[in-house]
Amino acid sequence: MTRRAVFIMVCLLALLVLLCGLSLMTGRVWAPISAWFDRGDVRWAIVFELRVPRTLLAIAVGAGLGVSGAAMQGYTRNPLADPAALGVSSMAALGAVLTLYLGAGGAQPWIIATAAMAFALLAVILLLALAGMGSGMVSFVLAGVILQTMAGAGVALALSLAPNPWAVSEIVNWLMGSLADRSLDEVRFAAPFIALGVGLILFTGRGLDALTLGERSAASLGIDLRVLRGLLAVGVALTTGASVAVTGVIGFVGLIVPHLLRPLVGARPSALLWPSAVGGAVLVLGADILVRAIHNGSELKLGIAMAALGGPFFFALLISLRRRTA
Amino acid sequence: MSGLRAEGLRVALGGKPVLTGLDLDFKRGEVTAIVGPNGAGKSTLLSCLCGLRRPDAGRVTLDDGPLLTFKPRERARRIAYLEQTPEVAWAIDVETLVGLGRTPFVGAMGLGADDRTAVAAALTRTGMTAFAGRLVNSLSGGERARALIARALAGAPDWLLADEPLTGLDLGHQYDALELFRRLANEGCGVILTLHDLASAVRCADRIIVLAAGRVLADAPAADALSPAVLAQAYGVDARVTAGQAGPLIEVLGRSPAASV
Repeated sequence: MTRRAVFIMVCLLALLVLLCGLSLMTGRVWAPISAWFDRGDVRWAIVFELRVPRTLLAIAVGAGLGVSGAAMQGYTRNPLADPAALGVSSMAALGAVLTLYLGAGGAQPWIIATAAMAFALLAVILLLALAGMGSGMVSFVLAGVILQTMAGAGVALALSLAPNPWAVSEIVNWLMGSLADRSLDEVRFAAPFIALGVGLILFTGRGLDALTLGERSAASLGIDLRVLRGLLAVGVALTTGASVAVTGVIGFVGLIVPHLLRPLVGARPSALLWPSAVGGAVLVLGADILVRAIHNGSELKLGIAMAALGGPFFFALLISLRRRTA
Repeated sequence: MSGLRAEGLRVALGGKPVLTGLDLDFKRGEVTAIVGPNGAGKSTLLSCLCGLRRPDAGRVTLDDGPLLTFKPRERARRIAYLEQTPEVAWAIDVETLVGLGRTPFVGAMGLGADDRTAVAAALTRTGMTAFAGRLVNSLSGGERARALIARALAGAPDWLLADEPLTGLDLGHQYDALELFRRLANEGCGVILTLHDLASAVRCADRIIVLAAGRVLADAPAADALSPAVLAQAYGVDARVTAGQAGPLIEVLGRSPAASV
């Protein structure tokens, strides 16, 4: 890591610590630090039962999505790649919705998560298979669009065939992506899978760097592309699947974070992985605090806020890329 | 028996034979140029020789071990491969690019002191030290090609296999690149190049292999390999070969009547 990258990392970590404190305070009820240590205070329960899990989940999900995005961009050599943009998140959501639909709300969390991760893995394998056939940026993005559409159709089908209105509202609520009202159980459940996925992805750095020169040159440099693909596929599937299973779809994190960090820490894919993990945690936690702060009767869903933020960003990114390559 | 060796190499692509049983021997300290018409199988041969393609039959051995049994990392430490017009996907600086050549040597912690020394040496050899901090996408074609050659040299390989390394270079830069390959061979590296330009091949190489339709038409010291008969057979042209100041001169007079197009 260069000195500059270390500096950026320290700044991001400091920001994350700051946001953690703010996250424990912010919500319908303001809970200053004094309330955190007074067991008699009613706000103590709010902080520890609701806000601590919410904060931890925001960090885990953000880090997972950020690092997944950075790794997918590195692998595809395409700054537009991201688990949400390429349909991996939607496929994970379809997997989860199918269990919600079939179990009519009674599905165990571990079944939902397993289905989400399995569908995410299927999506990544389909994407990598397409990208591995020597196709460029275009067919990769097309493959993402196809996955996205198929997953959307599957979810719509599940909604239209839902057995009762309760199931519909359950599915819709969950699809919109939110960190509200999550308990420590969800953290305990998702965090290990996300951590494992992030760990696998962090091993891909050397290979992703070599891929800067293309697949043939990377192979000539001794990179076993099958191992790299395997690590990446399982890593992205675990992080994205586990994240989607507990929070629903929160898009664009993996797209925005590496893109913002690239000018700061350099474009080398491995140099982006750690900063993208911390940056993703900062972004999701920051956005979640904002969503809580501007509540107005009912809270704005984080997934919707992210999409509202990410859509225009994606657009601006496309335009600037066009300008650069035109 | 040391060296890089192809034994009965056979490759078919989509049912069409590309290499039809090649037996070739390469020695370190030599520059070998592989020439031939488009589609002769030059690039395929090169990918087999650096272990990137598994031949349908036959094998490649490196110092008596079959190349495909080498660990990818071990193979990569000994054979550097320079792709034809390689992509550089991200806007990284020249030093980082050259550092990628150390990939087979580095562990999880990134480049160590040895690696940095090797990168600096490769930059010096190619005259790119002054460009170390420049972004690759801001370089001219000639500078970029030199940076990529430096990338291949950073691993201090025993063998350098380059596919059309002169593509897109002007005459001066072509000359510099060939000089560099020559010097590498003099220092004991085995250099194998595929080339389109026969004059470059004659000037730089110790040995020229003429490949056509997956067969070896000629394999001889550079001064003797390109006879009018071979040129007619390989390229379907009528050519005259005369002695020039810096080696044989090849003059194309026209399509040969027996053009096998």
